[in-house]
Amino acid sequence: MSDLKQTPLHALHLTLGAKMVPFAGYDMPVQYPMGVMKEHLHTRSKAGLFDVSHMGQVIVRGNTYEAAAQGLETLIPVDILGLGENRQRYGFFTNANGGITDDLMLANRADHVFVVVNAACKDADIAHMKSALEPDITVTEIKDRALLALQGPAAEAVLATLDPRAGDMRFMDVATLDLNGTEAWVSRSGYTGEDGYEISVPSDAASDVAQALLDHPDVEPIGLGARDSLRLEAGLCLYGHDINETTTPMEAGLTWAIQKVRRSDGARAGGFPGADNVLGQIGNPVARKRVGLLPTGRAPMREGVVLYATETSDTPVGEITSGGFGPTVGGPVAMGLIGADHSAVGTTLYGELRGKRLPVTVAIMPFTPANFKR
Amino acid sequence: MKYTEEHEWLRAEGDAYVVGITEHATTQLGDLVFVELPEVGATVSADDEIVVIESVKAASDIMAPVDGEITEVNTDLADDPSLANSDPLGKGWFFKIKPSDASQLDGLLDEAAYNALIG
Repeated sequence: MSDLKQTPLHALHLTLGAKMVPFAGYDMPVQYPMGVMKEHLHTRSKAGLFDVSHMGQVIVRGNTYEAAAQGLETLIPVDILGLGENRQRYGFFTNANGGITDDLMLANRADHVFVVVNAACKDADIAHMKSALEPDITVTEIKDRALLALQGPAAEAVLATLDPRAGDMRFMDVATLDLNGTEAWVSRSGYTGEDGYEISVPSDAASDVAQALLDHPDVEPIGLGARDSLRLEAGLCLYGHDINETTTPMEAGLTWAIQKVRRSDGARAGGFPGADNVLGQIGNPVARKRVGLLPTGRAPMREGVVLYATETSDTPVGEITSGGFGPTVGGPVAMGLIGADHSAVGTTLYGELRGKRLPVTVAIMPFTPANFKR
Repeated sequence: MKYTEEHEWLRAEGDAYVVGITEHATTQLGDLVFVELPEVGATVSADDEIVVIESVKAASDIMAPVDGEITEVNTDLADDPSLANSDPLGKGWFFKIKPSDASQLDGLLDEAAYNALIG
């Protein structure tokens, strides 16, 4: 255990009675005494506070915002140059084959790009940016700040008690707020399908900010267990599971993140790794697709469950990439990569679970309606 | 009450035993979301995996504590697996088993031994 890293909120997790598990090299809370099910439901009904400090926070800086954005556009097939000041956007790095090597959030913070990447990929992402970008663009990992997420319908009211400007932000806005005297870099976004915020604060103030939020009667601490079931119901990808370096944006159902300006015939078309493959696939048939899946019975189908077109066929048509029980849905939910011929919504497939073929239906995601403040 | 090292409890009821899992087990497992029970009338052997349970976190098995015949299963639990969390020693029971060799019960743990096991 001693080689596990700790976030600035580690002591607070222990005080709160968290069950800690290793995750991406960190000792992280998987649940608190409330339990995964109640934590999930609480987040959907009020507000949950998550420690996501294990994620990578990176500042990419050039002489201007535009310089940094142009650099990043050589690695990421997203309109970063056209991203408005104090606005945020989803994106991903691609490799030479057009596979996704990580997904991330990008923010235009006036004179730099603020990037948040997955914990398990952050070292590789930072090395990739440093080696690929011109030397006049600096890539700095922010190691002295914690990252909190406050998610749920009560998040706005809660955060506004500390800084009323939180209420002025729309979905995917970013702002610098003052939380009890602490400078916080805040975005109105998250990973639960609920309204909410991600909040970057200096490590030495993180526990005080977290405690101030937890002092609100509507806020409970939420662990990684519920974070996973919340994002799964919201239809959001988990990197390394639903998408990886072999999955292209088209296969992953993520071409919505590639703005027109970066597509074929766009003003800044291509120019990122694997562009020919990524752009060539848009609008054309691909071999497999990421889809939502609803097991018909009560048994959860988890990652790795093999899917067949019939109860007896020998040839798999796909596989569950993540799955479990959806507390808000009240039943099992999953997503998987499926041969395109079998990926139409409403198609019945069969997952092999403990030697039995059990029916599962291709379904529209999200499984629970998104609740963003547009 | 008797216990197994697999965190099951057994309570005598006539010539059969009601079997469930302990509060320690449900706390470790987290919220149960799925339970698949054996067939009534099935003949089972000790350590056969006869119940599948899934919590929010993972799947696991419950084994037959002794050789015997399944005489009843808790269909309410299959409909609402959370009963095992809310009332593990009562409404959250799993099945009833009629041992074919009552002497196997002697090999199980008593409450003191079980409490020592879970520390």
